[in-house]
This record gives sequence, structure tokens and C-alpha cells, in this order.
Amino acid sequence: MSAMQNLVNWIDDRFPMTKVWNEHLAQYYAPKNFNFWYFFGSLALLVLVNQILTGVWLAMMYKPSAADAFASIEYIMRDVEWGWLIRYMHSTGASAFFIVIYLHMFRGILYGSHKNPREMVWLFGAVIYVVMMATAFMGYLLPWGQMSFWGAQVIVNLFQAIPLVGEELSVWIRGDYVISDATLNRFFALHFLLPFILAALVFLHIVALHKVGSNNPDGVEIKKNKDENGIPKDGIPFHPYYTVKDIAGVVVFLMFFAGIIFFWPEANGYFLEKPNFEPANPLKTPDHIAPVWYFTPFYAILRAVPSFAGTQVWGVIAMGVSIVVFFLLPWLDKSNARSHRYKGPLFKYALAIFVVTFAILGYLGVVSATADRTLVAQMLTLIYFGFFFLMPAYTRETSDKTTMTKLYFIAMAIATLATLYYWWFFDGGADGSLLVKLIVTVIAASHFLIFGIKPWLKPEQSKPVPERVTG
Amino acid sequence: MSEGADMKKRRFLTATTSVIGAVGVVGVAVPFIASWQPSTRAKAAGAPVEADISKLGPGELLRVKWRGKPVWIMRRTEKNLEDLKTLDQKLADPASDMPQQPDYAKNPHRSRKPEIWVAVGICTHLGCSPTYRPDVAPDDLGPAWVGGFYCACHGSRFDLAGRVFSGVPAPTNLVIPPYQFLDDNTVLVGDDGGAA
Repeated sequence: MSAMQNLVNWIDDRFPMTKVWNEHLAQYYAPKNFNFWYFFGSLALLVLVNQILTGVWLAMMYKPSAADAFASIEYIMRDVEWGWLIRYMHSTGASAFFIVIYLHMFRGILYGSHKNPREMVWLFGAVIYVVMMATAFMGYLLPWGQMSFWGAQVIVNLFQAIPLVGEELSVWIRGDYVISDATLNRFFALHFLLPFILAALVFLHIVALHKVGSNNPDGVEIKKNKDENGIPKDGIPFHPYYTVKDIAGVVVFLMFFAGIIFFWPEANGYFLEKPNFEPANPLKTPDHIAPVWYFTPFYAILRAVPSFAGTQVWGVIAMGVSIVVFFLLPWLDKSNARSHRYKGPLFKYALAIFVVTFAILGYLGVVSATADRTLVAQMLTLIYFGFFFLMPAYTRETSDKTTMTKLYFIAMAIATLATLYYWWFFDGGADGSLLVKLIVTVIAASHFLIFGIKPWLKPEQSKPVPERVTG
Repeated sequence: MSEGADMKKRRFLTATTSVIGAVGVVGVAVPFIASWQPSTRAKAAGAPVEADISKLGPGELLRVKWRGKPVWIMRRTEKNLEDLKTLDQKLADPASDMPQQPDYAKNPHRSRKPEIWVAVGICTHLGCSPTYRPDVAPDDLGPAWVGGFYCACHGSRFDLAGRVFSGVPAPTNLVIPPYQFLDDNTVLVGDDGGAA
């Protein structure tokens, strides 16, 4: 036996090195029909490593105090050797992280990766997404620019809308009555801590995935078709097949990533917003404030909901639900098929409309709110929630309805009717031009007719799913 | 293993150990959670601020910083005060019934002296500082605009007494801080000598 083999044996007697390698890479059988959409899981891991590495390095030169923070960023950009590159890798990495994760989530919904038995994989993923948002939000305060300051002011004030405890809760988060040095200092500590928690969550996400096995574009359970050695007939070992495929994905990704870092790091104010090149000024809000692009769909939902009964808590609730609702997805999808390829047509249309809705809400969250845009945002907020809460109705394949299916349907019916009432009959309600009002009314009503009423009367039917994966 | 063991006693000991352990965890969490409260230094930073308004002309707005927040002091014109009376129909709380001001500012002009107006310049929606828009009937705010404050963050509108228009995200009028006049030209923000 070679010395190398001896060493491996010595380790294996004390630590399950070869066992783990085989179980999770060399003998982890993944479906052979992965396509383009399957690049984004490994890319997300790559970006997380990029964020941690560049972040730790930035922390070596950054000063988390209200007096020094802005200047220390300028110092990193101008005086530190290669500081500009490390910082742009980090700031571009933040946006890249969300792009990659949004595509990864889309893949999951497209092929039904949230469905039985992968609910835990999806839930860990949803927790990762929420922690990622918290991390990004806290990181954005650190440069202590105008947008950092006022963005944090608005988001922390969201907690103030919570009845009874809101005021004290927001003071507790800030550690002061306004966003101040105390807030900056603790956000820095948390921004440093959370990525390591993210890494732990990613570990759990993968443990859960490897317990149940990967889904695929056909939504076929490859473990049901094994050869005489107990190896799935439609499976190939993750290593070397998918490690090599993912490396090809990494190369292409890095071309785009490096292109942005070197030639377009501010991305026209979308990755680094213009007001953030001005130090924080607590006396003056910039003329136009908007969150970074990855939060804007939720921000548009927040703005779309008017204050009512003397409180603004409704918008905050709507925004909270618009994020938390992702956790419910495994139980909202009642279809017999996993993949969109075999689901009834309504699911495909609903998903396509949801993607467009998410994008337009994202745009509306960037621009300032006019009366007409608010009307459109209100209509899109209905469609956003309709995608989720009408899903039991439009994916259900039996004529009997569960209590929750009925409740979600009734909630959406009430929300739609209340919005129409608010637009047309509510005293002091919506402004905006008659034309836009008519258009949003027609779209909101037909959306509810098509994705609510129609499948309510006649359930959808999915096509038979093949035994083996196709292509 | 459990032969001859007193299961009742074992369960009791397990339960008590868990409870005492939980009490310990809660106890040790207290300092960690409480350390996030504003420090003594942050609490002490709320000293009153003096502002000299001798150079403040009609229609002009002065910003001072009190407790880290912008405080506006404005000298309103006769026209401004007349305009305030015409807006009641469009406002959410025209009579200032919500407790957003000391008693001495619960009047149509929301101030101690009709022309001098003092307010915390923080939108009651999500805390942006609204923009002073004294211009009459500008393109973006519509023909009915007679001057007031517009919050660019979420589109809330306030009149020149800080009263909120209905149908905007902000639910309540702007906050009037405690203040007093030390003499004709000096306002002390943050202290009203206990008048409230």
C-alpha cells in the first residue's frame, strides 16, 4: 500500500473522510437531466464565499463609527492597495448574490422542488433568503452615506408601526432615538456575524437535499428506478459530472461578474446608489430615496397599501407577508405533478405573470410614487398575493377543497373587492387618471376570474408524469 | 437499565433540572438584550436647543438639530395663516385631536404664536424628513397646493401647520416638540418650562 493510501486509511479510522466524500460527491447520484437552471445553487455558494472573504478583508480597514465610517470607505477606495477592487467585489457581490438566488428560487418553483418530499430543503432555503436580506440591509448602513442613513431610518421605523411595542422595539434596535453611532456599531457586528450563520444554514440546506435527493426538470423521482446495484438508472455521480459542469458555469459567471466590477461597478446607481456618495446628514432626506434594487418589489408593496384607521401597520403587514409567504409554498401547491412541464396550463401562466409582476414591482419601488403608479402597484400587489393564495385553487386537481384552500380563496376575494371599492367608491381614496383606474380594474378583476373563479369551478388536470427523465 | 429505578423521582429530577436550566438561560439573556437599550450617554443627549429667529423672514424655514432630529422653525405669512383655514376638508386630523402636540399647540395654527411654527421635521410615516414646498400650485403637486411639506419618500403631504392630508401614507400630523420663547427672537426647543 502506498503511503498516500496509508494516510487515508489512518484518517478514515478516525474521521469519516472517504465516507463523506462518497456520500455527498463521488457517489451522490444526481439526475442526469440537469439544465441551465441548475447552475445557480453552486454559484450562490461561490458568491457567499466571495462575500465572506472580501468582507473579512474590508473589516480590516473599515471603521464602524459615525465619525469615521464614511472616510474609511474613501480610504479603502483611494489609499489601500487594491482596496477599490476588494470593495467592488463585495458591493457587486451583494447584487450578484440576489440575482443568483432569485434565479435559484425561480428554478425551484418552476420544477416543483418545494414539493413533497423536499419541503425542508425549501424551508431552509427560505430562512437563508430572509437572513440574506437582513445581512444585506445591515451591510448597506455601513458606508454611512445619505442612502445608508435614510434607508435604515425607514426600515427600522417599519417596526414602529407594530402596535403597543413598536416604539420601544425600534428604539431597542437602534440603541438610540435616531439612527446613530450605536446603530452603526451593532449593525457592523451583526453584518460580520450573519454570513457565518448563513454558511451554517447552507450546510443544513444541503444536508436536507442529500437526504431526499435532487429534483430535476421533469420532477421525476429517480430513486424509484434503480439498477441491480441500487444506483438510480437516471442518476450520475455529482463528482465528476456536475462538479465539472458547475465549473463551466463558474467561468461564465465570473466573466460577467468581473465585467461589472471593472467597468460598471455602480451599475448606474442600481448597485451603488448615487446619494450614498454623500455623507449621512440627519437633517436632510435626499430628494428621492429608494432601497437597493433587490428590496424594491417588497418596498413597492409597502408603499402600495394606504394607511387606514389611523395606522400605517397594514403596509408593513403586507410587506412582511409578501416575504413570509414563501415559507408556505410547499403546502400551497396542490398539483399532482412537480414540474411545470406536466402541470395544468394555469400554473405556467400564473408563474409567468408572477415573474413579470415581481419585475414591475421592482421597478415601481425604484421610482418615486405618483398617483397612477400607486394604482398599478396596488393592482400588482393583488396579483403578487394571488400567485400564492390562489395557488391551492388553481393547482388543485380534485373537486373537494380543504378549509385552507377556501380561506385563502375568500381572503383573495375580499382583498380584490376591497381594492376595487377603494379605487372607485372610497371617500378620499385613490387618485390617478380614469384610464389607469379602468385598466387596473380590468386586469385585477380578470386575474381573479382566471386564477380564482375558473379553477374554483373546474379543477385543473396535470398531464401524466413519465417513469423516467426525458432528454 | 431502568430496573429498580424510581421513575417518578427520575422524571421529577429531569423536570426540575430543565426548569432551573431554563431560568438560568433567561437570566443570562437579560444583560445581552438590555445592552441594546439606549445607553446612559444616549439618554443624556436630549438637551434643549436654543435658536435665534431674529433673521428669519416671512415664509422662511430654519432647521435646528434636537435629539439628532431636524426641528423646523418657520415664520408664516398672513396669507399662509389664511390658507390654513381653507384646508380642513382635505385633512385627516384638522383639529389636532391626536396627541401629536403639547396643549398650547392644539389650535388651528398649531403653535404658541400664530406666525412662528415649530415642528419636528420627521414624517410620521417612516421617518423621512419632508421637503419644504412653499410654491403654490406646482406641476407635481397639483393646482390645489397652497404650500406645505411633501415627503418624497412615500408621497405624504402636510400643510404649513404640519397637518396631514387624508389618503396619504402618513397617519398623523407632524409632531410639535415642547418649546418656549425665551424672548421675542429666541426659541428654546425641547423645554417648555413644564407648560404642557
